[in-house]
Amino acid sequence: MQEVIVAPAPPAATPQQPRKRRSFRRSAEPFGFLAPTLALMFVLMIIPVVLVVGYSFMDNVILNKNPQLVGIDNFVTVLTDSVFLTATGNTLFFTIVSVVAHLVIGLGFAMLLNSPLIGNVARAIFRALYILPWLFTAAVIAVLWRMLLAPNGVVNFLLNTDVEWLASPALALGTVTFINIWAGYPFFMVSLLAGLQGVPAQLHEAATVDGANGWQRFWNVTIPQLRPIIISLTLLDLIWTSQQFALIWMTTGGGPVNVTEMLSTYTYKLAFSRYEFALASTSAVLVLVMSMVLAFFYVRHQRARD
Amino acid sequence: MSDTRTITTTVHTASRPRSEIERRRSRLRVGVVIGLVLGAVFAAAPVLWMLASSFKSNTEIFEFPPRLITDSFSFDAYIAIFSDPEKVRFFINSYVVSFSVTVLTLLVAIHAAYAFSRFDFPGKRPINMVIVSVQAVPPITLLIPYFGLMVALGLYNTYPGLILTYMVFTLPYAIIMMTGYLNTIPKELDEAVRMDGAGSLTALWRVLVPVSVPGIVSVGVYTFMIAWNEYLFALTLTRTQDMRTVPIGIQLLMGQHSYEWNEIMAMSILGSIPVLVLFLFFQRYFISGLTSGSVKS
Repeated sequence: MQEVIVAPAPPAATPQQPRKRRSFRRSAEPFGFLAPTLALMFVLMIIPVVLVVGYSFMDNVILNKNPQLVGIDNFVTVLTDSVFLTATGNTLFFTIVSVVAHLVIGLGFAMLLNSPLIGNVARAIFRALYILPWLFTAAVIAVLWRMLLAPNGVVNFLLNTDVEWLASPALALGTVTFINIWAGYPFFMVSLLAGLQGVPAQLHEAATVDGANGWQRFWNVTIPQLRPIIISLTLLDLIWTSQQFALIWMTTGGGPVNVTEMLSTYTYKLAFSRYEFALASTSAVLVLVMSMVLAFFYVRHQRARD
Repeated sequence: MSDTRTITTTVHTASRPRSEIERRRSRLRVGVVIGLVLGAVFAAAPVLWMLASSFKSNTEIFEFPPRLITDSFSFDAYIAIFSDPEKVRFFINSYVVSFSVTVLTLLVAIHAAYAFSRFDFPGKRPINMVIVSVQAVPPITLLIPYFGLMVALGLYNTYPGLILTYMVFTLPYAIIMMTGYLNTIPKELDEAVRMDGAGSLTALWRVLVPVSVPGIVSVGVYTFMIAWNEYLFALTLTRTQDMRTVPIGIQLLMGQHSYEWNEIMAMSILGSIPVLVLFLFFQRYFISGLTSGSVKS
């Protein structure tokens, strides 16, 4: 195709016109295919992001007919709000504990499933069972655990306790984190299992010949081989978990007394319970910046792998 | 005599490490099996309890001591849901929205992926960068401007409002995955058709789409699941009971004065069936869709 356009046509003059139009059509064509995507992304992604950034520098938007620019006042208000700081701390705890546990449990289950000591049928059955939590939406997971963890529920019966898991200020954050761990490890498991199956058997054999035991093979063969996958999964999960809303909203709603307040629930409440749309936008912009930093590292890591 | 003894001792010493290895192997196997079973209890017991609870009467949900299967085992909770048009409506809404999102996402993504995979054009890299990075934009960030935007566009509390919103979240992933899939198909295949004078659209739909079915299924399954499970925007961009989707419907059941736990569990099971069925039938595509972002073969 390229050659046809470049090759000079000796008699020139007349054929030049259609050829030019053709090459224009050729270069315009991909934009035709991209048009719906670009239109949708412009109206529902670029414009909203510009709007929310704009809102964060104004006094109360949406409710106020003529909002005024207030500079960085909103940022000062939000960043010095003790609830915002609590929510940041909770989000950090929730996210880091969840991601580490997802990795540990996901890798553990993946290695059990990858063990040569079990048959293929058993492997398939256990894999299906282990994926189960991932097949339920956050709303279902929330109501299920609210039933299991109720004061007279089955968990308290089995542990022989009488605890308000989701309503006790001391336990609520740990409890929602546990629920999120249960709901999220299969993503790691499935990805790491695919990764484990890609580790060449010769590497393990060579390590065994060199006298490495199982533990040494795990740290010196398995982990280095899985490293790129582990980094990708961890960054993705950090982005997703730090944005978790539905699970928190439907189990504790951020309570009791803010102990499970996350940046997402804090932002949501500012907007739709307190109607502080400018402050909510400010908080939303801070969450956006945090996610973009994580995304930057993710994209850079993916680039390096290609 | 001395000869045979030497032989027996040799055999003996040689067989000892082997039985040692076998014993360690069987001990390891016991460990693996115990680990597998404990893991299965952790993963599946809550789900089993949910299923069992949906067949109980509401008074038996918190009976003491708890039993998996109770005396009044019945489908009453399911019947109650199916005979309430308000609750059936949640399911209709979810199916309409999720199917529309899936079909539209696939249509738009296939064309965009075709442009990325087969054409060079100015701005290709920056556009691609935008599509990759918007995946990380937090839903909560978009929520506030969306509220005003949807009202302004007249899309608040409508199907198109939800469908377009979900496409913003499904499209980037779908385009990236479809582009990856099309890149694995030799260019000569569609170039040949284009050389014969057929248009690019013909080459796409007659040649590329038919051989891309596995990729399309992966993207479709994943897209459907995202749309089916979405909660935050369904909560905020709809107002009336007749526009609510299943995840919001489940929450609404929780909000009512007395908790009908058996109905809540039955609704949760019914609300999970589409994803479970997709998983059963398309397990391979499902998992390839899930892992494609993180695992490179």
